Amino acid sequence: MALYSDKVMDHFRNPRNVGVIEDADGIGEVGNAKCGDIMKIYLKIDNDTVTDVKFETFGCGSAIASSSMATEMIKGKPVAEALELSNKAVAEALDGLPAHKMHCSVLAEEAIKAAVKDYYDKNHIEYDHTLFPDCESCGHCGA
Amino acid sequence: MKIYADNAATTRMSKTAVNAMLPYLDEVYGNPSSLHSAGQSAKEALTSARERMAACLGCDAGEITFTSGGSEADNQAICSAARIGEKQGKKHIISTAFEHHAVLHTLNRLKEEGFEITLLDVHENGLVTAEQVREAIRPDTCLVTVMYANNEIGTIQPVDKIGAVCREKGVLFHTDAVQAAGHLHIDVRSQNIDMLSLSAHKFHGPKGIGALYARRGIRLTSLIEGGAQEQGRRAGTENIPAIMGMAAALEEACADIDKNAKAVSALRDRLIKGLGGIPHGVLNGDAVHRLPGNVNFCFEGIEGESLLLILDDKGICASSGSACTSGSLDPSHVLLAIGRPHEIAHGSLRLTISEETTTEEIDYMIQAVREAVEYLRGMSPVWRDLVNGKNKFVIP
Repeated sequence: MALYSDKVMDHFRNPRNVGVIEDADGIGEVGNAKCGDIMKIYLKIDNDTVTDVKFETFGCGSAIASSSMATEMIKGKPVAEALELSNKAVAEALDGLPAHKMHCSVLAEEAIKAAVKDYYDKNHIEYDHTLFPDCESCGHCGA
Repeated sequence: MKIYADNAATTRMSKTAVNAMLPYLDEVYGNPSSLHSAGQSAKEALTSARERMAACLGCDAGEITFTSGGSEADNQAICSAARIGEKQGKKHIISTAFEHHAVLHTLNRLKEEGFEITLLDVHENGLVTAEQVREAIRPDTCLVTVMYANNEIGTIQPVDKIGAVCREKGVLFHTDAVQAAGHLHIDVRSQNIDMLSLSAHKFHGPKGIGALYARRGIRLTSLIEGGAQEQGRRAGTENIPAIMGMAAALEEACADIDKNAKAVSALRDRLIKGLGGIPHGVLNGDAVHRLPGNVNFCFEGIEGESLLLILDDKGICASSGSACTSGSLDPSHVLLAIGRPHEIAHGSLRLTISEETTTEEIDYMIQAVREAVEYLRGMSPVWRDLVNGKNKFVIP
């Protein structure tokens, strides 16, 4: 299907880092089943670095591809860098997404932020709360 | 394997239909409105096509208007009934919640003009009853429009009974028969159908051509001005090649209608039985009052677009009522109308087969869907929460 780029289809067909981390240090879940997409990110963090990351996604092809690409982009990176990952960077790395699918990349960004926040909260680490606004695209369909 | 299972979207043209068109693309290219012999040859073809279409529907040739397709026919039927009603001070229309958007959007526009619209409930089985229609009819009702068979879930409405109620009450009855024509018996006289829309590409004819039957005496409002073609009901030079293809396709389909329905229904039931074995899945729409080629399931815990992409990779062309496939934010209005919650409607799959489908293809599809659903559930956090008991299954 020419709906998606080859990169998107590659990450959809062969998603990287699918699964669960049982002893995750941070878990983030965003989205809404009513809208048709939920993303869950599991982080293993050691020495302020994302040593492992897994995802589970309920959603369309671009949601699965965005999750896969986002996990690849933060694996092995310092937590601060993972927090800086933008949805635009995810979409660009996928050679673009159709306009009505851009919210999938936003969900990926927000899922990672939610997982880091969970890690901070669990470990009583101080952080700037303004870095973690409420998930804006969780109810994107208004359902 | 390459399997086309999206025949409700469109069909492959039959050889008969293609061959019926060819002479009218090069040899007989006159304008049927022209006086000269080239024009008159085209006009003869047009007349013959109209007569053959009428014979398939059980009406007179003069009651057939050629249109650009089913959507235009629906628009014209409803707008015409509204104009007739308006003159008599009747501005109430009855329809159903799961009509095609060609009907629903036209009704919305009439609503803005001051018409009152009653949309009947289609219940969990996807069927309305003639009693519902009877109860909804008021002194100011000018039209009842109920589809012959639903395009997504394939349920066949009790058109004969609804027609009888409308005739008894003196209310015009239109049916969108886009999914039914060529697949189910139609006899507009005995079924008391006043207006009927059909589209050629749903029964192995060409795209961009359809027809509106309107009982003699019903004044059609022209949507397109500019000429006296189609007895002034639709301006524009007639698309003779497409009309010839449509007439040939309808004749062919109607000649084999019982044989095809029997064979395709058997394949459909084999597919339904096979997919029914997938846990936490459910057939959408009544299993008996159902188009021969329609299969539609919801599978809990997955999303339809990703299912379609995987099936496409496995060589299967299918369709879904998921919002992600429509470009809109809401899932199928048909699935919502039969009471499926949003999250379930997103996980829908429609497979629509034809006379060309084989048993091997059915068995391949059952296996492919089974694997795809299992694979997607394996990466779905929604499915995990259901399996872990954190959330309750909606589909048992």
